[in-house]
Amino acid sequence: MIRLSVPVRQALARLTLPVLFAVSFGVVLLGRVDALVADRARISLADALAPIYAGLAGPLGAVRAGVSNLADLASLGAENAHLRAANARLMHWQSVALALAAENRALKAQLHWIPTPSPSFVTARVVADAGGVYAKAVLLSVGPNHFIRAGQIALAGGGLVGRVVDVGSRAARVLLITDLNSRIPVLLEGSRTRAILVGTNGPLPKLIYWSGGAPREGERVVTAGEAGAFPPDLPIGTVHYAAGHVAEVVPAADLDRLEVVRIVDDGTVAAGAAGSATPVLPPGV
Amino acid sequence: MDDLGPAPGIRPRPSLWRRLDAIARASFPLTCTVLLMLLANAPFGIPGQAALLPAIAVISVYFWSLFRPPAMPPLAVFLLGLLLDLLGWLPLGTGPFCLLAVLAFCQRWRRGLANQGFLLVWLVFAGFAAGAATVIWGFASLLTLRLMPAGPAAFQAVLTAALYPVLAIPFSQAQRSLANPERA
Repeated sequence: MIRLSVPVRQALARLTLPVLFAVSFGVVLLGRVDALVADRARISLADALAPIYAGLAGPLGAVRAGVSNLADLASLGAENAHLRAANARLMHWQSVALALAAENRALKAQLHWIPTPSPSFVTARVVADAGGVYAKAVLLSVGPNHFIRAGQIALAGGGLVGRVVDVGSRAARVLLITDLNSRIPVLLEGSRTRAILVGTNGPLPKLIYWSGGAPREGERVVTAGEAGAFPPDLPIGTVHYAAGHVAEVVPAADLDRLEVVRIVDDGTVAAGAAGSATPVLPPGV
Repeated sequence: MDDLGPAPGIRPRPSLWRRLDAIARASFPLTCTVLLMLLANAPFGIPGQAALLPAIAVISVYFWSLFRPPAMPPLAVFLLGLLLDLLGWLPLGTGPFCLLAVLAFCQRWRRGLANQGFLLVWLVFAGFAAGAATVIWGFASLLTLRLMPAGPAAFQAVLTAALYPVLAIPFSQAQRSLANPERA
């Protein structure tokens, strides 16, 4: 170790902070000039951490489920009644759906319809938030030999979640539809009106630039297949008017509590989903 | 000065274990901060969890640079800032700038602040929390060329200020026992 005199050491100690501030500005510039460097650094750190977080996700999920079970005990009676009513309603809809499916099959047989192959998907566990304070994104833990690519679509439960933006060897990052940078061409199902769904970083994204009449409250919103950016007719949510007459969309997927998402292989989707009404059904339907 | 080292005198050369113990105690604040930051990103599923990460970083840098400055050297604070950027998906450079600013102010005001009572230190920290949230908000807005909503910044400032006692009380216990190199 080099021995320095006390005044020199003190001068060096005083210089450290200004030099490091200058280096910070250098890092800012580096991040601006080459955004890929930052992305690569982030995703390689995420690659290292994803297996650890995936290991933690099991026990933490169990704890969370236990806590919410305790909370649910209080509302068990009311929920039972609600579920019975919902079940009766859904049984009715199921019979309608089965009848429609049979009719659809018969009509397709008459029209010599070319059947669309059902798209393939992989399921991945959400292991961490990957958005920070000013973005809405989640980190997925994926196996080392996955086939996930940037640009693929992520779905959960009832609807669209977002799309894959960064892919590492063990982790992938999905930008949610609520992120400030998210723009999705959508179709209002009832009126067949086209619009753009814009994320606001808030819980509900909003609709802008609709072509025809204004969206109706409660109308279902699905993806539009324009420009091939998204496979068409994936459910997103329903229209809801907020204060100030802003048309927002309540996402069908619970974006705050994502646990697993399905990543749709858009290769198959792009080849086959044009015109198919329900491109991605859960297995066993 | 702060780092005059141990009092002069002749004493036996410390054994290997003793030196390892001293190193472990001296590096406790940094190790603890890094582990807490990694833990803050774990999938707890708490709403608003993203604001936890900058809060932990700011609290740690503030506390340790006030009460044990040798444990928070500027280079380590810079690296903590980079970790904050990478883990929190902030624009690169935000974390180092924010944490170094906290460190610089702490070094300047240390003489007056370190001897004050807990409440006053907390009150001053609330100012630091607001400043840090503003810096992160400003960088995020400036570097993405888009005015970010102010709500998350306000939430982050309040969460950071509110979380201070939760971390500072165990930290000050540790400072006297676990992280004290003189007790090695």
